[in-house]
Amino acid sequence: MIGQQHEIHRRRLGRNVGVGLALAAFIAIVFGMTIVKVSRGDYEMKPQQVQK
Amino acid sequence: MTDTSITTNAGQGEAQFSDYFALLKPRVMTLVVFTAMVGLLAAPVPVHPFLAFCAVLFIAIGGGASGALNMWWDADIDAVMRRTQKRPIPSGKVAPEEAMAIGLALSGFAVMFLGLASNWVAAALLAFTIFFYVVIYTMWLKRWTPQNIVIGGAAGAFPPMIGWAAATGSVSVESVLMFCLIFMWTPPHFWALALFMRSDYDNAKVPMLTVTHGRRATRNHILVYTLLLAVMAVAAAFTSIGGPVYLATALVLNALFIKGAVAIWRRDEDASEADNFKAEKRFFKLSLLYLFAHFLAILAEAGLERFGLGGWA
Repeated sequence: MIGQQHEIHRRRLGRNVGVGLALAAFIAIVFGMTIVKVSRGDYEMKPQQVQK
Repeated sequence: MTDTSITTNAGQGEAQFSDYFALLKPRVMTLVVFTAMVGLLAAPVPVHPFLAFCAVLFIAIGGGASGALNMWWDADIDAVMRRTQKRPIPSGKVAPEEAMAIGLALSGFAVMFLGLASNWVAAALLAFTIFFYVVIYTMWLKRWTPQNIVIGGAAGAFPPMIGWAAATGSVSVESVLMFCLIFMWTPPHFWALALFMRSDYDNAKVPMLTVTHGRRATRNHILVYTLLLAVMAVAAAFTSIGGPVYLATALVLNALFIKGAVAIWRRDEDASEADNFKAEKRFFKLSLLYLFAHFLAILAEAGLERFGLGGWA
């Protein structure tokens, strides 16, 4: 195990945190878009699509 | 392995998140965000605030992706030019293949998600913009014709049109006018820059108008484009995106812009070098304010419209 922190580790940490935050933002955006679209009825079936 | 070798490797291959972000040309992205937002908000169809935010974000990511692909293709030019030497690829922080992969992945992502957030007309326009900027401009025409700036300007002019399409699902006269405003503004803006950043473009062997047709011809071109731009910018005041606020803004700024272009046109190289290109630099700075203020005025008219005060009605 490496006991000492090197410059390279600091850089990798920064990059990993950045990618992590970008992924978290992506999840939040997809979730938010789904909520908005579902709550305003974008995915409701049109009357002609409903089976009798 | 010695400590020295680790340090050398770290300097070469370990890019930080900010280096990848720099690939997306954040400064260009701010212009894309602003103009796309104005296009979206000026449209007569209201959009849910969250979806509007997402649409502008995806347009910005698409613009950034095309910036990354441009940096990948133009790495040889960027390495020569002083202005671009510190970009992530020429400085050795990001590998060219990595930039290409990021550019392609983000392009696909941005187009798909813009389609999902708004509509497929806007997504198709974004896809075309990326294609136009990367293939038509960067790969083909930039190194081939001195009108490269005019063609590149078209790619930068699409964002307000995409924003408008994200709201309305179509292209209309108003969105074409916003396109024309940026399209006609770009050549005088960049040619002024080329006049005082002379050695950069010469060294990179990019056929800028200053190099191929001479600096006198560039000064003439700046004046002609500025006059054409002024006619178009003022005429836009009498369409549905215009109004008294926009007209006042356009009249003042176009008068100043023409004054600046005439000053550049009347000078020769000796006069410019004597004061270190003062008039050219002032014109370049004014051009930034010019575009920002015009789009801000369009936004103001759209905002006033909500209170029944916008436009000429």
